[in-house]
Amino acid sequence: MSKPIAVDDATFDQAVLKSETPVLVDFWAPWCRPCIMAAPVLEELAGEYAGRITFAKLDVDQNAKTAASYNIMAIPNLIIFKDGKPVSQIVGYKPKAELKKDLDAVLE
Amino acid sequence: MAKEYEVIIIGGGPAGLSAGIYTSRARLSSLLIERGVVGGQIADAELVENYPGFAQGISGTELGQLMQQQAARYGLETITAEAIGFELKGEKKVVKTTKGDFSARAVIIASGSERSKLGVPREEELTGKGVSYCATCDGPFFKEKPVAVVGGGDVAITEALHLVKFASKVILIHRRDRLRATRILEERAQAEPKIEFLWNSVVEKIEGEDVVKRLSLRQVKTGEKSTLDVAGAFVAVGFKPNTDYLKGVLPLDDAGYIITNEKMETKVAGIFAAGDVRLNSAQQAITAAGDGATAAIFAEKFLSG
Repeated sequence: MSKPIAVDDATFDQAVLKSETPVLVDFWAPWCRPCIMAAPVLEELAGEYAGRITFAKLDVDQNAKTAASYNIMAIPNLIIFKDGKPVSQIVGYKPKAELKKDLDAVLE
Repeated sequence: MAKEYEVIIIGGGPAGLSAGIYTSRARLSSLLIERGVVGGQIADAELVENYPGFAQGISGTELGQLMQQQAARYGLETITAEAIGFELKGEKKVVKTTKGDFSARAVIIASGSERSKLGVPREEELTGKGVSYCATCDGPFFKEKPVAVVGGGDVAITEALHLVKFASKVILIHRRDRLRATRILEERAQAEPKIEFLWNSVVEKIEGEDVVKRLSLRQVKTGEKSTLDVAGAFVAVGFKPNTDYLKGVLPLDDAGYIITNEKMETKVAGIFAAGDVRLNSAQQAITAAGDGATAAIFAEKFLSG
């Protein structure tokens, strides 16, 4: 089962923007309760969408530059990047069924 | 085929977890369904200062975890899933969830409530772009920036007191001329130099292209309009019960709350409700815990009767 990969300010360009497959980036922080709530759900989804969508996570405390450039002002905040551009954004804790709808929409 | 239990508890906040402690100790096979983390809304609280037994206060997260450990010791089973439907099949109640169906003769509904929205233009679009419903989640994004808190109850004041750690100033916008909050919280807010109060005012519109820039306000007594430049707007204007999955099954009041009697019984035999999801709940962790215990005791009587 593939797990979400950790990305940071230095690796963001290569790992996310230049990725061939769409990448879901989970902007999170250790003090964010709902982020911790969402983590197991994202791990499950990373397995289910393996090969089709790459799952990544970025700690906004450690990587303020990337967080600021996407106007992240609330977490959990999931942005799906396709060909280097944000195509879908999900703010706040969402149950798995709703997340799947957004992921499937990106793949269509 | 739905997996069967004697009791199903929907919601893992203080009400559901307390119910679980009681039903498990009564040796009833019990399943607790929680969509997020145990603790429910209390898990977002940095410090719970009014739960008896914790003289120095306790973090909401830890309180929730302790309650779950206590219930698990007696055999309470917990799954992470969201209730999405409910069916009555004779005596059996079937709870439909994102992880399949479960059935029991007794169900305790403790699914709580969540924050209401203001219902003003641009609120939806700017959510996560400066509009927030959780200061402990989003506060650190507003370092040295002015923010507004909308509301005048305990939640609003607690949010404002948390935000002073980050924001340059916190403007509390309330539609009345005094707070509804607990006196000790009000005293702390009055003593905090970074908090300013805007009385008798309501937010009419949130403005900003990509992020929140300002709020359009209206003074309710004079009708005078004004704007307020802020980077964030924290909304704390009340709650909405999590009962969408019960529509058509259980009578709800206009706002969606469940009506119970003093035994926590609803109109349907074998369905109980506890905590914030009930009409006229005091919305406290301790009263929710009490409701949960009451519901569990009468659920046991129902099953053995």
